[in-house]
Amino acid sequence: MALGVTKKEKIDDLAGTAGVSLAASAWKRLRRSPVFLIGATIIGIFIVVSLLSPWLAPHDPSDKMLIEQVVKARNEIPPAQPGHPLGGDLQGRDFFSRLLVGSQQTLIVGVGATLIGLTGGLILGTLAGAIGGWVDSIVMRLVDVMLSLPSLLLAFSIAAMFARPSQFTVILAVAIVQIPVFARLLRGSMLAQRHSDHVLAATALGVKKGAIVFRHMLPNSLSPVIVQSTLVLATAIIEAAALSFLGLGNPDDRIPEWGQMLGDVQNVFDTHPHLAAWPAVCIIIVALGFTLMGETLREALDPKNRR
Amino acid sequence: MLRYTIRRLVQLVGVVLVLSLLLFAWMRLLPGGPVSALLGERATPESREALTKQLGLDQPIIVQYFKFLGRAASGDFGVSTGVQPGDSALDIFVQRFPATIELSFFAILLAILVGVPLGYLAAKRRGGWFDNLSVIGSLIGVAVPVFFLAYVLKDAASAALGLPSFGRQGDINATRVTGFFTLDGILTGEFDATLDALKHLILPAIALATIPFAVIFRITRAAVLDVLDEDFVRTAESKGLTASVIRRRHVMRNSMLPVVTTIGLQTGALLSGAVLTEKVFVIPGVGQALAIGFERRDYPVLLLLIIMATIVYVVVNLLVDLSYALIDPRIRTR
Repeated sequence: MALGVTKKEKIDDLAGTAGVSLAASAWKRLRRSPVFLIGATIIGIFIVVSLLSPWLAPHDPSDKMLIEQVVKARNEIPPAQPGHPLGGDLQGRDFFSRLLVGSQQTLIVGVGATLIGLTGGLILGTLAGAIGGWVDSIVMRLVDVMLSLPSLLLAFSIAAMFARPSQFTVILAVAIVQIPVFARLLRGSMLAQRHSDHVLAATALGVKKGAIVFRHMLPNSLSPVIVQSTLVLATAIIEAAALSFLGLGNPDDRIPEWGQMLGDVQNVFDTHPHLAAWPAVCIIIVALGFTLMGETLREALDPKNRR
Repeated sequence: MLRYTIRRLVQLVGVVLVLSLLLFAWMRLLPGGPVSALLGERATPESREALTKQLGLDQPIIVQYFKFLGRAASGDFGVSTGVQPGDSALDIFVQRFPATIELSFFAILLAILVGVPLGYLAAKRRGGWFDNLSVIGSLIGVAVPVFFLAYVLKDAASAALGLPSFGRQGDINATRVTGFFTLDGILTGEFDATLDALKHLILPAIALATIPFAVIFRITRAAVLDVLDEDFVRTAESKGLTASVIRRRHVMRNSMLPVVTTIGLQTGALLSGAVLTEKVFVIPGVGQALAIGFERRDYPVLLLLIIMATIVYVVVNLLVDLSYALIDPRIRTR
């Protein structure tokens, strides 16, 4: 330790390799990838805006402050004017504020759906992969049934189950569709590791089965799960818009969400295209941001690409 | 091969049975349920009870389910309550099926015809501006909500290109043979009817093709990139084979497996996308019936159409798996 060399560095030196973890080497490559940086910047801005939106928005998004203009002009929407850079919506609410505040609910939909889908998939996939046998058979048959329906159609069907749709039922419908995808990913990765050296070594050392699953097998399955989660964040936001479009979304529009804003103006697409275009462009940019991050993460975390 | 096919078909029957049981239980357990749907919310308790008995809804769900299966075996899937009230669900499916098949067929054809060559070219020019541009384009293609793109095409592109902004009205004077408007015109020699049907199909097909196109493009690109690095391609090049022979026999043939798998899986995107596209372009197909069914909670129609969509999806993917043997002789011997 005399020259400030830590024990670990010494071991690495002896082993002849400076031990670089997959995460560290992936991060090294990501930092230099312009595509990842673009995606990360988009998502960074999106998250900051959505967190600060209640303070950034110039007006209350549910306040029908311009309703007089809507009534006076016979259902024309208020144009852009001082204090209202994008004008008003069909009910005389400040459109710019609604777009800003909408980012928050959109983030909640994306993150909520991903977390629920991930948790469900994690439980099912770990059960199937770690226990095997009849548990595996039952879980995988269930997954097969769910995957034999086109995914968006499954989301529509689940959303239609609820008599009173709300933001939560939208999140649930989008999330349940993702459960079989995550479950399959985790099960596959668990099965692949079952007879690998590090698991055998842990078993030989007398480590308990639960500890092997949670401390040795799960952490090694994380990279495909992280990639998939990033991609699901994008699809969840797009699918929530499709649900609103079919009348299966949250009917309460006091607190706006982009997908809902887009789906709700379907009847005035031809006369007021900008009411649809703004939320649509926001959705496209954010979905693109998550996709760029997910795809570059996939490449960076692929051990084949390690240098 | 035959045993494999039979096993997959038996699996399909199992999936359909489980799925129909789940859907059936869901329909029955809903608040209100069919009695409220038929009588309205303000019916007297006596009339509700009478109808419940009459429909057999007082029996256990599993008994009801087997009775439903019995009726379904003779083609009786119940009566529509919202899409076309009073019509039988099966009739609705049969009437509307050709329109959706026609639209989906043209959409996937478009996606393959554009996606595969573009994917090949992008892989050949890896890292060039053409590659980068088309990869970015395909990523944006997946990020655009299908129904928004459909509206943009309907309102903006139709005016600019002089194309009709609604799908499948067809020429009412045209003779109907198969229910496929484009095919009917060719069969009866009424070519202007075919042309008209095609014009109505172009914009909806483009909207529906976007996501399958983007995915097929990216998979083709990745598959071709993998194959281009292989030794046998270098050998073929050094043997002096012409570029087109290498492309056809060595590169494309070896990269087709993942592409064909993807095409099969994209039928799912087509079936879901048809719900949105047919709603926007007012196409009287299965997708539109589903869209209206979801909105008005028309459960008998939803039950049948969702099961049919599942069968189509699973069968297409079975056919895809069987086609592997045609593409790759190594699989045939196994």
